[in-house]
Amino acid sequence: MSKKYQVTTTVNGDEYDFLCEPQQTLLDVLRDELTLTGTKEGCATGDCGACSVMVDGGLTCACLVLAVEAEGKKIDTIEGMADGDELHPLQRKFLELNGLQCGICTPGILVAARALLERNPDPTETEVRYWLAGNLCRCTGYDKVIRSVLAAAKEMRGA
Amino acid sequence: MSDLRYEAPATLAAAVKLLAGSRGFARAMAGGTDLIVQMETDLIEPELLVDLKKIAALRTIKADKSGFRIGAAVSGMEMVEHKALCKAWPGVIDGVKLIGSIQVKGRATVAGNLCNASPGADSVPPMVTAGAIARVVGPRGTRKVPVEKIPVGPGKTSLKKGEIIESFILPARAKRSGDAYMRFTPRTEMDIAVVGIAVNLTLDAKGVCTAARVALGAVAPTVLLVDACAKALIGTKVDEAALDKMAGAAAAACRPIDDKRGTKEFRIKTTRVLAKRVALKALERARNG
Repeated sequence: MSKKYQVTTTVNGDEYDFLCEPQQTLLDVLRDELTLTGTKEGCATGDCGACSVMVDGGLTCACLVLAVEAEGKKIDTIEGMADGDELHPLQRKFLELNGLQCGICTPGILVAARALLERNPDPTETEVRYWLAGNLCRCTGYDKVIRSVLAAAKEMRGA
Repeated sequence: MSDLRYEAPATLAAAVKLLAGSRGFARAMAGGTDLIVQMETDLIEPELLVDLKKIAALRTIKADKSGFRIGAAVSGMEMVEHKALCKAWPGVIDGVKLIGSIQVKGRATVAGNLCNASPGADSVPPMVTAGAIARVVGPRGTRKVPVEKIPVGPGKTSLKKGEIIESFILPARAKRSGDAYMRFTPRTEMDIAVVGIAVNLTLDAKGVCTAARVALGAVAPTVLLVDACAKALIGTKVDEAALDKMAGAAAAACRPIDDKRGTKEFRIKTTRVLAKRVALKALERARNG
């Protein structure tokens, strides 16, 4: 057994302490130790984007981050996206426009799409498609995903 | 699973000491996008990981009149968002933009792309044509190594035990010069190069090419810097005849393998076509630069 490491980190504004082994990923710890299971495991090799989270404001895959690296970091996951009972406009538009089928890829897509709209409130369809190229959907639901993101962007701009 | 130790030293000297003093298999980690996946899939079982991201000097891009110093732990996204770097070295940024997804680029580094030593690494050919120099720090001091001398074969580098790439030095952009990188892949995103080509060239006031560097990726065990391609362009106005000669030299330099991404024959044919396209893009940027 490897040595256990004590880590203190902030997830969705709340402080967490956990013990982890050095080879455990942030994805493992979010799901198995902190029971934040909204972040999904698809491939665990950085290809599918299902585990997209924000680390210190940067979009990344939780499977590509070691849990020990989370020390002192600010992590944002899908669980922090809605404001209590009030859904984020992206979440609402995905529901209204059926931007999902089975839903496994949806949390990652929502986190990635929010990161896009924070830096570019008025993206073109092409920009949305390229930005979300690292979020795979195996139900082949991309078209409604893109439409949902564009509709949410429009609403958030107040257009 | 053997014991794994994780260290995140605050200084380069401490990182070098840890790596140099390790008894078992030790790896330096920057973005970790290759390393963590290799550990997860049991391809490698290191006993020591030295995370370089707590070393402040490795996290910054510095720009001045002589060029750029890019710390080895700077992520791809940080490079893509650096306006002066994008303006000076658009071909390097072409390559960086093609590394994985936005999520992957949020972590992945050019130093890691180079040290992972995949023949198809997208950022490597344009770093080579830019004339980038790696500043390598190790137990016996510091040495400056041209980027093309770092990979020596698939998965293998010329770095010795305890050595770390600390930063890359990119020169300032010369007047009337431009660079470009393109790759061929079946998909436009999230794929690995079948062929990747970078060109960097400089023109004089009359539009005659005075300097050129052409590098090929994914067509040999390591990136190839092809002198014959440069010679075909230098002294010409980069006209059709010069481009054909350059493309022929590129095709002749290829030593590819057959694999699931493409046959040897296909890679050589693609190299000939792509080399011209990339040179024309670099030429356009040089004329507008």
